[in-house]
Amino acid sequence: MIEIAEISKTYGNSAVVDRVTMKVEPHTITVIVGTSGSGKTTLLRMINRLVEPSSGTIRIDGEDTRTVPAYELRRRMGYAIQGHGLFPHRTVGQNIGTVPKLLGWDKALIARRVDELLELFQLDPGEYRDRMPSELSGGQQQRIGVARALAAEPNILLMDEPFGALDPIIRAQAQQNLLDIQKRFGTTIVLVTHDMEEAIHLGDRIAVMDDGQLLQYAAPEEIIARPATDFIDELIGTGERPFRLLSLASIRAAVEPGEADGASISADATLRDAFAELLWSGRTALPVEDRGKRIGRVTLAELKRRAARPR
Amino acid sequence: MTQGVGTALPKRTIGLDKLGVVIALILAAAWLLLPFADFKPNRILPGEPRSIFSALPPIYAAILAVGLGLSIFASLIRTSAIPRLLLGFIGVVALVLAIGVAGHYLTPEGDNLARIAPGAGFWVLVGAYALLAADSLTRLRLGPWPRLAILALVVVGICALLWSGAWDELSILKEYASRHEAFWREGQIHILLAFGSLIVACIVGIPLGIACYRSKRLRTIVLNVLNAVQTIPSIALFGLLIAPLGALAAAMPGLAAIGVSGIGVAPAMLALFLYSLLPLVANTVVGLLGVPEDANDAAMGMGMTDGQRLVAVELPLAFPVILTGIRIVLVQNIGIATIAALIGGGGFGVFVFQGIGQTAMDLVLLGAVPTVGLAFVSAVILDAFVEMTSPREAAND
Repeated sequence: MIEIAEISKTYGNSAVVDRVTMKVEPHTITVIVGTSGSGKTTLLRMINRLVEPSSGTIRIDGEDTRTVPAYELRRRMGYAIQGHGLFPHRTVGQNIGTVPKLLGWDKALIARRVDELLELFQLDPGEYRDRMPSELSGGQQQRIGVARALAAEPNILLMDEPFGALDPIIRAQAQQNLLDIQKRFGTTIVLVTHDMEEAIHLGDRIAVMDDGQLLQYAAPEEIIARPATDFIDELIGTGERPFRLLSLASIRAAVEPGEADGASISADATLRDAFAELLWSGRTALPVEDRGKRIGRVTLAELKRRAARPR
Repeated sequence: MTQGVGTALPKRTIGLDKLGVVIALILAAAWLLLPFADFKPNRILPGEPRSIFSALPPIYAAILAVGLGLSIFASLIRTSAIPRLLLGFIGVVALVLAIGVAGHYLTPEGDNLARIAPGAGFWVLVGAYALLAADSLTRLRLGPWPRLAILALVVVGICALLWSGAWDELSILKEYASRHEAFWREGQIHILLAFGSLIVACIVGIPLGIACYRSKRLRTIVLNVLNAVQTIPSIALFGLLIAPLGALAAAMPGLAAIGVSGIGVAPAMLALFLYSLLPLVANTVVGLLGVPEDANDAAMGMGMTDGQRLVAVELPLAFPVILTGIRIVLVQNIGIATIAALIGGGGFGVFVFQGIGQTAMDLVLLGAVPTVGLAFVSAVILDAFVEMTSPREAAND
């Protein structure tokens, strides 16, 4: 658990981060979202002390981060940044092995871990281990950047706009990849982005920042349904609210008993997918199937109810 | 140009090579207007010009003349790089051998005073062929290893030429013959001055550069001071150091005992060291500033200490730029070390200044030619190293 208490960063008279307090639950993805200059990156960088806080405390599993040397603290956390930050003079394998080497792991163990991570990110170790970063595509470089951050099996992974430089299709794959990996290892992830869509898609909880202040810190449903300020409302986009709400839940949650005609839809798809299919095919209900078995139906009326502003 | 259609297809017709036209003109002018060799009754009298036909036995002269005529024609036409490289290379070798023959041919039997020196025409012809070869080498865009191989070939060729005795009757080697002991002694001092000051400057300059990179205030002060040092003319700096070093040696006998004095090697070394600092410190700072911010940020974020980051990330990425600084310093020092002779520091400059004093141009060349050769070889080797250590993307472009 990361407990951030009354943390501030001031340069001269201006507070870049102003008395922010929040708790990051273990094994969740927390997304800090805000416009540029909102202080979101500074807040993230205070967690691993790349920026030293002006006041306030940060505790990780109860331990004040200032009680350990900064470099030691950082070795315990993964850190991935926009534009990947790979070392251009080192091979892919050497890049991934950076933190294990700093921690003094055995050579054979590092080599095994590098291959394991390359496989996890769907890159053939034999082919990619000894390549230079400049010989990879942007999407591959980004994956190596995340693999490097995960190399020493950290409990916490800090990510600063990790998908910012990717094109939409590669970005969607990278996001899915991250969700899978989080589920598999239970890593606590704190991710910074300026993209509310990305925040809603990835975050178990979302922290909205503006002008150094934490405006709202809540689950995505809550943020969409009850934005604390007009600014947050604007970030979400008023026209998008019902659809964002629908995109949060899977069809499984809205299945009701009954029959419907036509092609069925998977229970794992989102309600938004169901809505799109209903509108496109001109039906009022879709049969829902789970592992090839019909389990009921999802209706337009139910979706309409769920997309309405929660009371 | 009777065919109008032919000119519309310039790629397919025989075209003129622009640089080739210049080289052909230079070759023709040097051949017809300048002396191939100079005959001097003794080493300090001005030379009498000798043309190719009067400097060489008729057979050799005829072969050389035909070769020159053909190569003037060949260099005009646009061809690919390799034939031009061969032409330039063969031209230089033929001329170098011919001037050696001229030395033997022109020296009167049993005359030890007469001197045969390469004339202006010879130098210009060699220069023109060398230009042809250098231009085609550039066009070939060779990698660092082939360039080093070619350099090694050229050096071996020159050594073989000198060792074979083909040039023994030429004036510059006669000067060498009468002072070969001094030549190697001064050569050692020259190398000691140039490389010694470079090594000391690296030991001081690179850490100073790192410190300047970390502290902006220090950077401003240090770079301004070193800039000021660099503007002092070298002769003046050598002179300026005589008084303080002399005083230092007088005040501290211990220093005098290890060779510190107002004149000699110590002030020469110190002056070269001071000149070396600016390029080294400046290139270290520029190289470190050029390290991608991302890489530094990631290195810190993953928990490298400042020292680990310096060794593992910053210095390796800045290395090609620092090496460029070392190359600048080495070539510069090999040149400036010549002036050390003026304050008794020794080096090849000794022959240059003796030669000027005696109006014996061959003696000046005995000092100047190895200096230029040394600088050239150093430049080629270090350029190749810089390219080898630079990031791959840059090398592929």
